[in-house]
Amino acid sequence: MSDLQNSPSTAGQVTDEAPVAATAAANAPSAAATTGRTLLPQSTLLRHLVLLLLGAVAAVVILEITDPFTNSQLATLSFYAIAAGGLTVLTGMNGQISLGHGALMAVGAYTTALLLQEPDGALPLPLILLISVVMATVVGALVGVAAARLHGPYLAGATLALAVGLPGLAIYFHDFLGGEQGLRVRAPRAPESFESFIGLVSGANATSTKWLAYVGAICLLITYFLLANLVRSRIGRTWRAIRDQDVAAELAGINLGAWRVLAFVVSAAAAGLAGSVLALVVRLAAPSGFTLVLSLSLLTAIVIGGLGSLLGALLGSALLVFLPPWVTDRGIDFGLNNTEAAQLAPFVYGVVLIVAMIFAPGGFVGTVRLRWMTQKAKRAAAARAAAGSSGG
Amino acid sequence: MQQFVNVTLTGLTQGLIYAAFALALVLIWRSTRIVNFAQGSMAAATTFIALALIQAGYSYWLALVVSLASGFVLGAIIERVIIRPVEGGNELNAVIVALGLFVALQALIAIIFGSSFQSFPAPFGLEGFQIGGNRVAFTPNSLYIFGAVVVTMLLLVALFRFTRVGLAMRASAFSQEVSRLLGVKVGGMLTLGWGLAAVVGSLSGLLIAGGGFVYPAYMDSLIVFGFVAAIIGGLDSPIGAIVGGLILGLALSYISGYAPRGSALVTISALVILMVVLLVRPGGLFSSTTARRA
Amino acid sequence: MAEAHGATAVSATTGGGTATGTRLLEVEGLTSAYGPVRALDGVSLSAEAGRITAVLGANGAGKTTLLRTISGLVRPVAGRVLLDGADITKAPVEAMVAKGMAHVPEGRGVIAELTVDENLRVGALFRGKVAKSEYDRIYDLFPRIAERRNNHAHTLSGGERQMLVIGRALLAKPRILLLDEPSLGLAPRIVAQIFGLLRQLVDSEGLSVLLVEQNARSALSVADVGVVLNLGRVVVTDSASALMGDEDLRHAYLGF
Repeated sequence: MSDLQNSPSTAGQVTDEAPVAATAAANAPSAAATTGRTLLPQSTLLRHLVLLLLGAVAAVVILEITDPFTNSQLATLSFYAIAAGGLTVLTGMNGQISLGHGALMAVGAYTTALLLQEPDGALPLPLILLISVVMATVVGALVGVAAARLHGPYLAGATLALAVGLPGLAIYFHDFLGGEQGLRVRAPRAPESFESFIGLVSGANATSTKWLAYVGAICLLITYFLLANLVRSRIGRTWRAIRDQDVAAELAGINLGAWRVLAFVVSAAAAGLAGSVLALVVRLAAPSGFTLVLSLSLLTAIVIGGLGSLLGALLGSALLVFLPPWVTDRGIDFGLNNTEAAQLAPFVYGVVLIVAMIFAPGGFVGTVRLRWMTQKAKRAAAARAAAGSSGG
Repeated sequence: MQQFVNVTLTGLTQGLIYAAFALALVLIWRSTRIVNFAQGSMAAATTFIALALIQAGYSYWLALVVSLASGFVLGAIIERVIIRPVEGGNELNAVIVALGLFVALQALIAIIFGSSFQSFPAPFGLEGFQIGGNRVAFTPNSLYIFGAVVVTMLLLVALFRFTRVGLAMRASAFSQEVSRLLGVKVGGMLTLGWGLAAVVGSLSGLLIAGGGFVYPAYMDSLIVFGFVAAIIGGLDSPIGAIVGGLILGLALSYISGYAPRGSALVTISALVILMVVLLVRPGGLFSSTTARRA
Repeated sequence: MAEAHGATAVSATTGGGTATGTRLLEVEGLTSAYGPVRALDGVSLSAEAGRITAVLGANGAGKTTLLRTISGLVRPVAGRVLLDGADITKAPVEAMVAKGMAHVPEGRGVIAELTVDENLRVGALFRGKVAKSEYDRIYDLFPRIAERRNNHAHTLSGGERQMLVIGRALLAKPRILLLDEPSLGLAPRIVAQIFGLLRQLVDSEGLSVLLVEQNARSALSVADVGVVLNLGRVVVTDSASALMGDEDLRHAYLGF
């Protein structure tokens, strides 16, 4: 539903927790107000700004204390999490499903790849990222207009067709988009200021892997900051109203279609940015990178994390990055060969989706939150009982 | 002219396979209001069972029977164990469960049977018939596809129209509560419905595999085509699914045959057709309800 | 009043046969809840064989929940349901009709996508093969639906739908018929016709009826016994004529 309740201690733990919790700080604030007791400022925007800053510090610390391989894994985490964050807005908060976000990521990735074909005359990186976002947003708006009239299985089927069909365009426009092989991406070099910044912070080597991990982290923090504010705004409340009570919302004069399109557009923008970061990190934009499995993985991430929670989307994305190597290793331990073991991860995703929907539709965050609230209620009841007995 | 005839024949043959797959989706949608996105993976699983038997030296026909039978069992078990808990609940949850099943089954197939492309035999010749000195794109195997799909559909019509079980299945599909009050064992009927749908889905998987290659994801595009065909037909109507399958088969065949490098456009064309149908006639061509509650 | 009705008539239409006046269906302390809301709160009543028992009360009194709990669609929190002395509280919904209880749900309960004839045949499915004469007898009772036997049920008028569902329930040869708001949305003339037919079936063939109605005036005019329900509890149980005569009660609970 909403974000994990943020107790004051969460922000302090950020640095010792896994990378997951680090960026969680950027998103956690939205529910803080409900706890009533918090060290963070009362104003939503201010609170989010503080957490953005904490998240940035945490990101620097984590990226500097981990090895290059983990750096690249974290870069992967950042684009999954950006896309999953957008999908959370769509599916979790507005109740629309999309299996087509992999295709929207492809739009962002190909845009970035095309803009970087001439590395010398290339536009500045922020502008490239922005143009990629705009392109995906335009495509997302087109899909969104059609999707706004659909729901549930119809929407799932239509976006499924998008996920399977759109990469085909890359093959059709072979000369322009590189066909099956795709387009190689020449990632721009890190600016000198970055090298001096790293030199100042840790004295480590400012490799291009590290630079791209930072680009991913910055994009992630900005995306989650914007999404968290959006979710707490009137817009976010309207989305939830539509999800929970569409008939009542319509009677209250809310134009359901327009709001659904807006949700699609926002999530498409996030997918575009994710695709752009993906292209930079993977250094390739090819149809094989945007299969149906990518779209379904994103769905898995937000379902496991807990539909509608940005923190959940982040945790789910972390699972997408760190689970497959672990599962594959276990598979090899059990005597599977490499190609067989590589299939264990999607198998686990699928099983987790089924089990989560049957036994814990609230996902990880929803389930934890429910526990937490139940215990809180129990404590409150116990306190009342104690007060009652001492008073009487 | 000859090309037109060939493209049309190819389209009709492909369309019948789409129709069968769409029919499987419609049967499940009617009874449980779930779009079975796992249908493709289920059909792939049973096709690989058939392939394993064929590779072990058994005949195509034995493999066909075993494959269809295992499809029935698979469909029935899936309904009982996985689908039953989410039936009648939040439709998003049901969609996600079906998708989870889709991914898990496909991965399981890859783990058990491997991910590589394997050729799948066709039971009849793949060389076109000779008509008036010209060889047309209609092969003995196409004839087999026609026969298999038409016979299956006639059997289903007979089951639903003329048997007591068929009547009970239809009643359960349309109104679960009333049917239960009338003593119909609705749960059993839903299980049976999933089993039968899986048989039809398996058949389409076998037919499309014949004379081509199979790999764990080989049904992915058929899910899209089957879904589009079912939507064209209104998702509720078996007749609509068949007509939708034929329309889609023909349309995609013309695009593939006449547009320059058209074969790369087939899937995206299906998407365009789907969008046009959903925008112009959201209920499909055969639906009794006119609008979908958005 | 009961003695006047044919006591042990066994007929082709109903599965009646329990002596008139004995308790056929008994409900003891039935409590049903939707979440924290108790729709039924310790309801006890009985429906006697060969009689029409009317359960009356305002919207939200728990009438529909009562029928749904009796037939197993809603599982009670507490209490028992006995049919001819046997505890059927936990029996599956699908088994009720074979035990002799036919429940016609609120809102007609026709299967709109099936034809009239198919609707009737679904009602007889659980009995296996059923002779054509039994269908003919239902069509004789309701000539209006006989004319439309091959039409889809969604083309029927409200009155025809009610005739169809009652006919379909009779085809199950029930000992007791549970009717939920049969008069809802029907013209008074049609209501009178349907209630008249019910009375006739009860008197001549030993059918028993548990009738839930908001339209208390019509229901009491046909029933033998009335049970008034308010906010999930039984307020009063008495003969229909006594209830008709109690002006205060009528004003307080029955709205006429």
